[in-house]
Amino acid sequence: MKDLYGANLHSTFLGIESPNPFWLASAPPTDKEVNVRRAFEAGWGGVVWKTLGEAGPPVVNVSGPRYGAIFGADRRLLGLNNIELITDRPLEVNLEEIARVKRDYPDRAMIVSLMVPCEEEPWRKILKEVELTGADGVELNFGCPHGMAERGMGSAVGQVPEYIEMVTGWVKKHSNLPCIVKLTPNITNILGPAGAAKAGGADAVSLINTINSITSVNLEEMSPEPMIDGMGTHGGYCGPAVKPIAMNMVAEIARNQETAGLPISAIGGVTTWRDAAEFMALGASNVQVCTAAMTYGFKVVQEMASGLSQWMAEKGYNSTADFVGMATPKVTDWQHLNLDYVTKAEINQDDCIKCGRCFAACEDTSHQAIEMSEDRVFTVKDDECVACNLCVNVCPVEGCITMRELPVGDVDERTGMTIPEDKRTWLQHPNNPSADPNTCIIRGQ
Amino acid sequence: MSNSQHTPGIVPGRLNSEAYSDNFSDLHPPLDDHEARVAADRCYFCHDAPCMEACPTSIDIPLFIRQIATGTPEAAAMTIFEQNILGGMCARVCPTETLCEEVCVRETAEGKPVVIGELQRYATDKRMDAHPYKRAASTGKKVAVVGAGPAGLSCAHRLAMKGHDVVIYDARPKAGGLNEFGIASYKSTNDFAAREVEWLLSIGGIDLKLGKALGNGLNLETLAADFDAVFLGMGLAGVNALGCDGEEKDNVLDAVDFISELRQSTDLSTLPVGRHVVVIGGGMTAVDAAVQAKLLGAEDVALVYRRGQDRMNASLFEQDLAASKGVRIITHATPKAVHGNGAVREIEFAYTKDTADGLKETGETFRLPADQVFKAIGQTLGDGQGLSLEGRKIRVSDSGRTSRDGVWAGGDCASGGDDLTVTAVAEGRDAAEDIHNTLMGG
Repeated sequence: MKDLYGANLHSTFLGIESPNPFWLASAPPTDKEVNVRRAFEAGWGGVVWKTLGEAGPPVVNVSGPRYGAIFGADRRLLGLNNIELITDRPLEVNLEEIARVKRDYPDRAMIVSLMVPCEEEPWRKILKEVELTGADGVELNFGCPHGMAERGMGSAVGQVPEYIEMVTGWVKKHSNLPCIVKLTPNITNILGPAGAAKAGGADAVSLINTINSITSVNLEEMSPEPMIDGMGTHGGYCGPAVKPIAMNMVAEIARNQETAGLPISAIGGVTTWRDAAEFMALGASNVQVCTAAMTYGFKVVQEMASGLSQWMAEKGYNSTADFVGMATPKVTDWQHLNLDYVTKAEINQDDCIKCGRCFAACEDTSHQAIEMSEDRVFTVKDDECVACNLCVNVCPVEGCITMRELPVGDVDERTGMTIPEDKRTWLQHPNNPSADPNTCIIRGQ
Repeated sequence: MSNSQHTPGIVPGRLNSEAYSDNFSDLHPPLDDHEARVAADRCYFCHDAPCMEACPTSIDIPLFIRQIATGTPEAAAMTIFEQNILGGMCARVCPTETLCEEVCVRETAEGKPVVIGELQRYATDKRMDAHPYKRAASTGKKVAVVGAGPAGLSCAHRLAMKGHDVVIYDARPKAGGLNEFGIASYKSTNDFAAREVEWLLSIGGIDLKLGKALGNGLNLETLAADFDAVFLGMGLAGVNALGCDGEEKDNVLDAVDFISELRQSTDLSTLPVGRHVVVIGGGMTAVDAAVQAKLLGAEDVALVYRRGQDRMNASLFEQDLAASKGVRIITHATPKAVHGNGAVREIEFAYTKDTADGLKETGETFRLPADQVFKAIGQTLGDGQGLSLEGRKIRVSDSGRTSRDGVWAGGDCASGGDDLTVTAVAEGRDAAEDIHNTLMGG
C-alpha cells in the first residue's frame, strides 16, 4: 500500500503479524473468499472470517431486509443495525476458502470466528478443522445479540461469565491457536465477562459486539424496522454512533487491575484513522472495522492507513505499539478528579458568527452565564460560569469558544476561591463527610 | 421565421422556440425533498435569529427550516403563512441576498448563507393545493380594499380571516398587481402569481371587482361612506419622466409596460424587441426589463444608471444576473437627448461624477444606438386623494393609518418601506390588524 509518510504501521497481535492494525471484523464483509480477496487487495491488514457454526444444515437467514440505519441530513450513515445470523454457507466451503486465501496472502492476519453450541465436543471438533486451514487464530463469538442468542449461543454465552470461562477453557484445551474472546456490550459491567475470558485462558478479548437496538419504527405499519412481513425484532447496533460506548468498555478493561494487560482488539464504529488512534491510545493493540467498510467499501482502509501514518510521523512514533495504552493511565474515577481545577469559557469575538446558540443553551438549560448585548455580542459572565463546556459543544465554529484555565493565585469569581497550588479531589473535599479533615483545616474552611 | 438577433429594428421571433422556453424557465428551479433536507440542515437554529429580524414580515425562519429538516414541510408552510400569506411569491421575488440571507450567520461564517428563499419556496409549494385557513365567524363589518396587489391581497386575506367581508377593487383586468404584471417572468413561472391569488381568495369572504380604480368608477368619499373601513393599496400609477430632449419620440417606453406586456404574453416569440435596447435606471425594474429584453433576443442591451454601482437599488445578485445574461451595465451616465426621426435611433448620455455638491456632469458625452428605450427611473403616486403626503407618498403611521379616519394605506403608495413585495405584504397585514382592532374595539 502507498504510504506517503513512511511510518511503520506493522502490527503484531498475539504473535500474529499484519502489515497494519486494521482488520475487518467478523461480519458480512468477511463471509466469502471473493470479499476477503478484494479486502486484502485493497490493503486490509487482516480479517476475522465471518462466524462459522458447526457442520450440518446451514443457518437460515431472513429473506427480507436485515439492516436498519439512522442517518444524518445528507443520508450520512451514523448507525447501522442488523439481524443477520452467522454464515449461512456450508462449513466445508468456508474452510476450503479460508485455507486458499491464507495460502495466497500469508502476510495477512486470518482469524476465524466460531460459534457452536455450548458443549465441549462441538468446540473440539471445529477447532481441529480450523487448524487445518492454516488460520492464525480463532475468535469466539460470544456477542451476537439476535437470533443465535435465542438458541443458547452468541450473547447468551457472553452474558454469563461462567459460560465464557468454561468455553474459553475448552478452546484452550483443544487448540494451540491464539484465542480471542469477543465480548457483548449487552451487560451491566464489561469487567465480568472480560475477567472470565482471562480466567478461562483467553489470549485476548475483542469488543464490542453489537448493541441490542431498534433503529426505527415504521409509523405507517406500526412496526419496528427492519420489518419482516409486518414484524420486527431487535438487532445489533454498530457504526459511528456506538464508538463512545465501545471506547469506555475498552478503557475499563485496559485500566482495571484484574484485566489490565489482556490484549484488546477494539471494535465499535471505527471509521477513520483518528478513531483507530483513539481506541489504541486507550489500550487496544489493533482495531476491527465493519460498518465503515460496509458503507464506503474496502478502499476506506487506505485513508485509515495514510492518516495513521501521517499522525505517527508527526508525533515521532516508530511503531503502533509506541502509543498503545498511552491514554489509559489518564482514565480514572470521578473521585480522583481535581475539584480545584477551574476553567472559564472564553468567546473569541473575531471568530464569533453571532448565532446565539451558546446563549440559548446557557440561558435556557444551564447556568445563565452568557450575556447577550443588543448588538448580539456574546460574553461570558465569569461569576456565573461553572465551565460546563456546553457552549463549546453547541458552538458551530470550531475553536471559537475555549476553556481558559485559571492560574494558581487567581480568584474564581463564581465561588470566591483562590486557586490553590495543591489539588483537592473529592477524597479531600470538605463537603465529603468521609474526607480527610486535615486537608480542610489547611485550607481554613 | 427568419429574424435573428441581428435583424434591424423592432421585430419578434429573434430566437428559436427552444431558446424562449430555456430563457424564461425558472430562475431557481425548485429544491427536491433531499436537497431541501440537506439545505435545511445547514441552519444553526440561531437564538433570536438575525434572519427573522431582517425579514419585513418577521417569518420565524429557524422554526420553518427545522420543520423542513424534520420532514414536515407542510407545517413549515403554515409557519410562513402565519406571517406572510404571500410567502410563495416572496420566496420567488424577495431580494433575500439583501434581507434574510445577508444576515445569515453562515454568510458571516462562510460567505454561503442558508438558502432561505429556496427553502421557503419548497415549503410553501407543498401547501398551495387547498387553502389552509378558515374564516372566523362573521363580524358584519365591511371593508373596501383598493388595489389587488401584494398589500391589498395581504390586507384582504387577514380581514377575511377575522370574519370581515371584503370588497377588493383593481384597475386591471386581473388581480395580483406587480406580482402579476411587474416582475420578471423567470421569477414567477407556470402562472404562479395568478394561481396564488386564486388560492388566497379561496378563503372566502373576499369579493373581487376588476376594472375599477379611484377616479375610474370609484371615489374615496363613496367608499368611506359605504364601508366600515377603507384600505388603499393601489401602488404607483405614474412613471417618472427622463426630462431630456426627444423623450416623446416613438419607442421610448415605460419599463413597467414592457414587463407587463411580456408577463401577459402567451407566446413570447410574437413579442417584438429591438436589436439595440437601452434601459435607464438602477433598480429591480430596470434589471428585470434589461434581462428580459436580452432573453427575448436583443443583440445588445445596455442598462444605464446615473450614479455609481454601489448606489443601484438592484442588489448585487440582480446586477450579476444581468451581467451573466449579457446586459452591459454603464454607470455614472445620465440621459441628455433622444435622437431620431420620429422614432428613437440613438440616445445621448453625459458622463457624471459625484462631487461635494452632488452629482455633476463631466461635460463628456456618448451615444448608444437604440431601437427601444425603456425608462425605469421610478414611479409616482398620481392623485393623493386629498390625504396628507410624506414626500410623494401617502403618509401613514406604523399601523397604516392615513390622515383621514377610517382610511388606511400600505404598499408602494404609502410612505415607509422599501417598495418590495414583502414590505407591502407586511404593511397590508399590519393595517388589517389595526382595522380589525379599530372596528371591533369601537
